[in-house]
Amino acid sequence: MSSTQPPTMPEEIIGTTKPRPAHDAHVLTARRAGLVGCTVCGQVSHRGTAHCPRCGSVLHSRAPGGTQQVWAWLLAGLVFYIPANLYPMLITRTLGQEMASTIVGGALELIEYGDWGVGIIVLTASVGIPIGKFIAITLLALAVDKHWKLDRHRLLQLYEIVEFIGRWSMIDIFVVAVLSALVQLGFVASISPGPAAACFAASVAFTMLSARAFDTRMIWDRIGEQSD
Amino acid sequence: MESDLRGLTACHICDALCRDETPAPGQRVRCPRCGTPLRTGHARAIDQLLAISLAVLVLMGTALALPFLGLEGGGLAQEATVLDAAEAIGSGRAWPLGVAVGALIFAVPLTRALALCYVLLPLRHGHPPRPHARAAFRLAIELRPWSMAEIFVIGVAVALVKIAGLATVQLEPAFWIFVLLGVLVTLEDIALCRRSIWTMLG
Ligand SMILES: [Zn+2]
Ligand SMILES: [Zn+2]
Repeated sequence: MSSTQPPTMPEEIIGTTKPRPAHDAHVLTARRAGLVGCTVCGQVSHRGTAHCPRCGSVLHSRAPGGTQQVWAWLLAGLVFYIPANLYPMLITRTLGQEMASTIVGGALELIEYGDWGVGIIVLTASVGIPIGKFIAITLLALAVDKHWKLDRHRLLQLYEIVEFIGRWSMIDIFVVAVLSALVQLGFVASISPGPAAACFAASVAFTMLSARAFDTRMIWDRIGEQSD
Repeated sequence: MESDLRGLTACHICDALCRDETPAPGQRVRCPRCGTPLRTGHARAIDQLLAISLAVLVLMGTALALPFLGLEGGGLAQEATVLDAAEAIGSGRAWPLGVAVGALIFAVPLTRALALCYVLLPLRHGHPPRPHARAAFRLAIELRPWSMAEIFVIGVAVALVKIAGLATVQLEPAFWIFVLLGVLVTLEDIALCRRSIWTMLG
């Protein structure tokens, strides 16, 4: 297992059922074996196969264009995040009075009225997670583009966090939806979503697409081949 | 030519070429290079997964028909369903947002549950997979991040706190069904071992 010579034949591929195998083992990659792996079902095919014979998804040994798609979606997400914060998220009308609150304003209002916990949840979901995600994806894409010698397992952990947590930013959109529905039931006040709602939803969707466009296999080959 | 590749699999995270092995009961197969779990499943997992998917299907159908939240005011009691929430945010020019919210909270979870049941039912009885079962399973996998029933539940909780001073809101049956759906979707993630099912699909 500790041999530094990468195996070259399928027979030499490390058995994987051993309890907690040594990570970072030197293994033959599908690419070096002249194969292409399917990221949906794991099936390996010969290089040049266009579609996975098992699940039908398009096969790429690595994401075409490298991190280009990641950057494009990320930029779209950033562009929509700006109006999402400048325009009102929620417009409340009570007896001729109109009140508009932005994402941050609405969260601060909750904190002001003493609903600390909920205010912080909204702030985390709508500000903390999106900004953290922009930074994390930028770091991941730069690490691949610039061949930064960073710990690959750390980068993978970062990616997994981004993938897991990113969806939770949608909370505020659902809050607005439920508030609008409840208030339409016949209140003195009326609540409607502001222009920021659509911008914010688009921003979350674009950053999710950006994370999904990131091919984690690039963390391993580019960075790995540099430091090995 | 394809047969020599049968027993092999590539790690979807780091591209390591591994033998596609079945784990011992209670264990999981990890990628030797990046440590990502490749296989977690055992034979009985398919029963659990099918049970969860069927439950999601039935509960989601019920939740759409039942009231979600209720308001009392002026001697009148009114109720809103989940569909009303999607409709309310998408009124007027914001209709694409309403469609998106509707998709995220019920259309996508429902489609996933349907696809999983379609794929798993014949497998459980030892029948060959139905036509397009592989495409259906791929759809279920690719839709996962866009299925947000569990996030919706948290959104509702926050909305209730926001409105607490203005009105008394009643939690109706569909709300509790959605809470249960949130739990089930999480359990489904744990029970779902993709590679095991792909192997069964051939
Ligand atoms: Zn495939
Ligand atoms: Zn791996």
